[in-house]
Amino acid sequence: MQPILEVKDVLKKYSDKIALDHVSLTIPKGTIYGLLGPNGAGKTSLIRIINQITYPDSGQILLDGETLNLHHIRDIGYMPEERGLYKTMKVGEQAMYLAQLKGLSKAEAKKQLDYWFDKLDIKGWWNKKIQELSKGMAQKIQFVVTVLHQPKLLIFDEPFSGFDPVNANLIKDEILELKEKGATIIFSTHRMESVEEMCDYIALINKSQKLIEGKLVDVKREFRTNLYQVGVLTDDIQRLMVQLSQKFKMEQTSFKSLNNELQLEIDLGSAMPNELLHLLSANGQVTHFMEKLPTVNDIFIQTVSK
Amino acid sequence: MSILSLIVKREFIAKVRNKSFIIMTFVSPLFFVALAVVIGYLSSLKADVKQIAVHDESGWFVSQFESDEIYNYQDLSAVDVKMLKENVLEEKYNGLIYIPQSDDIKEYENKVTYISNDSPSLGFVTQIESLIAGKITHVNLENKGIDAKQIEEAQAKVNLNLEKASGESTVKGLNEIKILIGSLFGYCIMMFIIIYGSMVMRSVIEEKTNRIIEVIISSVKPFQLMMGKIIGTSIAGLLQFIIWGVVGGVLLFIASSVLGMNASSPAVSAEMLQQNGEASAQIISEVQNYVGEILSLPLASLFTYFLIFFIGGYFLYSSLYAAIGAAVDNETDTQQFLFPVMLPLMLGVYIGFVTVINDPHGTIATVFSMIPFTSPIVMLMRLPFGVPIWQVLLSITLLFGTFIMVVWFASKIYRIGILMYGKRPSWKELYKWLKY
Repeated sequence: MQPILEVKDVLKKYSDKIALDHVSLTIPKGTIYGLLGPNGAGKTSLIRIINQITYPDSGQILLDGETLNLHHIRDIGYMPEERGLYKTMKVGEQAMYLAQLKGLSKAEAKKQLDYWFDKLDIKGWWNKKIQELSKGMAQKIQFVVTVLHQPKLLIFDEPFSGFDPVNANLIKDEILELKEKGATIIFSTHRMESVEEMCDYIALINKSQKLIEGKLVDVKREFRTNLYQVGVLTDDIQRLMVQLSQKFKMEQTSFKSLNNELQLEIDLGSAMPNELLHLLSANGQVTHFMEKLPTVNDIFIQTVSK
Repeated sequence: MSILSLIVKREFIAKVRNKSFIIMTFVSPLFFVALAVVIGYLSSLKADVKQIAVHDESGWFVSQFESDEIYNYQDLSAVDVKMLKENVLEEKYNGLIYIPQSDDIKEYENKVTYISNDSPSLGFVTQIESLIAGKITHVNLENKGIDAKQIEEAQAKVNLNLEKASGESTVKGLNEIKILIGSLFGYCIMMFIIIYGSMVMRSVIEEKTNRIIEVIISSVKPFQLMMGKIIGTSIAGLLQFIIWGVVGGVLLFIASSVLGMNASSPAVSAEMLQQNGEASAQIISEVQNYVGEILSLPLASLFTYFLIFFIGGYFLYSSLYAAIGAAVDNETDTQQFLFPVMLPLMLGVYIGFVTVINDPHGTIATVFSMIPFTSPIVMLMRLPFGVPIWQVLLSITLLFGTFIMVVWFASKIYRIGILMYGKRPSWKELYKWLKY
């Protein structure tokens, strides 16, 4: 299937520094795509280019196979990290205005707004000014104006920063629902927990260069450590330890358990898991056997600090 | 609806709904009318009558001093001067004119003294001097055997007739009217630029501090946003100006009919009466002349030019204001950038009021009516005096050419600036932004 967005060899320089150094990305349709990187890596620069707020010095961007142009503004919904609304404008008017700027007709905008206000249970806010709303309430409005023109591509820059847990959860569910309906979502973030949970694909940008890109599971596979956490109930710890140390590198570890077992982290090296399992089961009762997967956070730190 | 008109509409509504805008719109004319009424009332109040003692030992001059509304002269030649001086000290009299005894009338040129506690006004001093000089001249003439009456009769009064080369005759006072019209136009433009230019600037800063700017410019081009802002604000401004005009006019009319005083006419006509000593019928005919002359000015074309220069000047300056707003995070940081913008504006007004009035077609006036940053003001002040059409067209061309360039530069700074937060940029950084 054709990817919704292709970033091809994009170069962006500001007078004294390079913001994006020949970055290429492919974002498949209908996925949640995590754009990761430390602060100042170039994420926001890239997003601004995708939104046509700024333009690349060289390189190309294709949306749905077409070179990015002004018509695509309608197809993209963008919630910037620095978000805000007109404080003295009424919620309804403001949302109508922003929707019309995106190219919706008045009637369409009203219809969409009614749908979302109903869905998020914020109908009573129509005539309130933003400055009368709490921060969390304003964030809901912010989310609505980002999605209400039904864009194919949604870009959230640090989507959960500043949201309280209840609202963050609500927004998360809405985002997943939008994905179900066929939208593609780009998350730009340096908070890894949300990525772990939601993203299908990730790309890692550091110091204006793309370092990693791919399906989250593939990336994790690539970074797998072959470390296994095991728990064994055994009568003869001494013997087990001797046997194990002949074959594997290992160290003591601890994880939550209801048994009072021996807890180890074992580096499998080139061996197969079954070899370890056999050895363990020959010496006692195996209560825990699990591959220690690299977290996105691990991958992030490992790659960035390389 | 097109994007631009959406933005214009929003900016307009945002401005018009603003509480301070509404208050300004309706309170300012009230304030100005109240001010006019107070000034009118104060100037119609009779000043305290000043008691002036005259001690004339010669007896030649005392009859010259005729009391009027302001000065009441009392012949106290019989009273001792020392006592009179004490009286002045005790403020029984405001002043004392002391004319000592002398045989030679010539000596009086330097002998008369005015004694008072506070220094007299220049007008009063001149008046006394001319009274005494008149009497001395009179006596001198009589001494030489010339009848002063004959001289008075022989004196002539000249009225210079003014006529244009094209043949129409004109009224002497017309120049003042032209200056008035020109100044009014120039002043209006300057006020408009300052008030609504900084309104544009504030609105840009507001969008930055509200952090909505990035949301907006992911939907529209920064240039559209900037132009929409400028146009929307100017429509709001025009509305405000019109309301000021109408409300002010109505209030002045009400005030003048209620208080039974026409704000300006009594003072002016009284002055005219005094100065010219003309009959009031003649004044009326002169006023009719003025009105006729104003109407004979090419008002339609003047107004058209006013609009053209107004639009050009306002857009030129307000795009600079918008760029300044984009470059900073808060209003306090705007000062260093505002100064170079205000400078040509002030220069324009200064040149307009000083140079154009003296010599509307002189080199300085002509040059500055060409320079785009001053031309909206200076050219408008020159226009009522009749400016060759090629100069007007050249000035308009330069103005709009510069306008396009400045808008281009401003929108570049605007485009970069709206996404920059934090440190106030230096001039060098602004220059860098132009190259992004």
